[in-house]
Amino acid sequence: MASKRYAQVGEHCVACGCCVKVCPLGAIQVWKGVAARVDTDRCVGCGKCAGECPAGTISLKARVETV
Amino acid sequence: MKGNKKHWYDCLWIVTPIYLGLGFFNILFAWLGMIFFCLPLLISIFGGGKLYCNRYCDRGQFLSLLGGRLKLSRNRPTPRWMRSQAFRYGFLVFFFLMFFQMLWTTYLVGAGARDLGEFVKLFWMFRLPWHWAYHGTIFAPWVAQFAFGFYSIMLTSTLIGVIVMVLFKPRTWCVFCPMGTMTQLICRLRVGKHTEEGEKAHGGEGKAGGGAFEAAGQ
Ligand code: SF4
Ligand code: SF4
Ligand code: SF4
Repeated sequence: MASKRYAQVGEHCVACGCCVKVCPLGAIQVWKGVAARVDTDRCVGCGKCAGECPAGTISLKARVETV
Repeated sequence: MKGNKKHWYDCLWIVTPIYLGLGFFNILFAWLGMIFFCLPLLISIFGGGKLYCNRYCDRGQFLSLLGGRLKLSRNRPTPRWMRSQAFRYGFLVFFFLMFFQMLWTTYLVGAGARDLGEFVKLFWMFRLPWHWAYHGTIFAPWVAQFAFGFYSIMLTSTLIGVIVMVLFKPRTWCVFCPMGTMTQLICRLRVGKHTEEGEKAHGGEGKAGGGAFEAAGQ
C-alpha cells in the first residue's frame, strides 16, 4: 500500500546531494546537477531527506487518493 | 533498497585536513588547492553535473563527518536569509571580488611593486603570521604570494563551513558555497541548452517529482 505522504523538492534546491545519501529507498536523485527529483512511486514519506536538507527545501505532501 | 555500500571516494574527507596540514608546514602546497577549484568546474562543463559535490567533494564529506557522524552540529534549520538567493549570489560576488584582489596582490608582488607578505589572512581581515611555512624557494616570490593568498581563502572558507556546520545543519555551507553555486549555474545552462533532450531522456520520470524539478530548475 502506498504511503500517505511523499517528499517534494522546492525551488531553492542547491543540488548538494545530501538528501540522496540518506534516503533508504533511493527515491531521490540529483537530476543533471540542477536539482533533486523524487520518485514519488518509491518514496514512503519518511522525511529523512527533509531532515538532512541544508536548504530546507524539501516538504512532505499528502498524497491525493486516486481510485 | 539502496545499500550503504562503502566506496573509495567516501574517504575523500581526509583530503581537507591533509591539505590544511601541508600548508601549515609549507605554504607552496596551497597550489594543490587549484585542483579543488578547477575539477568541479571541469566536471560540470563536460557534462558530469554535480558529481563533484555529490560524490568527490572532500569538504562536503568533512562537514558531513563532523556534523553528522561526530554529531558536532546542532542540526538546526539554516536561517532563511542564509538560504536566500540574494545571500547565495551575493556571497559568490563577494568571493570573486576577494579572489581577484588576491590575484592583484600576486601581480604586484610579481611586478616588484610590493613585498611578499608571509602571512595568512583570516576572514579577509585578520593577518595571521605564517612565516614558518615559507622557506625561500627557487620559485619567484609571486608563486609564494599566490600560495599565501589561496591558502587564506581555503582556510577561511573551511572555517566558515565549520562554524555554520556547528550552528545549523552539517552541510549548511553547501547552500552558499561558491563552487556549488557555480557548478549548479553551469548545469542549469547546459540543461537549458538541452532541454528537449533532457525532457525526452527523463520523460518517464515526469510523475516522479517533475513539478518540483520544473520549479527548481528555472
Ligand atoms: S539536500 Fe536539499 S538542497 Fe541538497 S540536493 Fe537534496 S533537496 Fe536539494
Ligand atoms: S521521504 Fe524518505 S523515502 Fe521519500 S525521498 Fe525522502 S528519504 Fe526517500
Ligand atoms: S557545495 Fe561546495 S562544499 Fe558542498 S559539496 Fe559542493 S563543492 Fe563541496
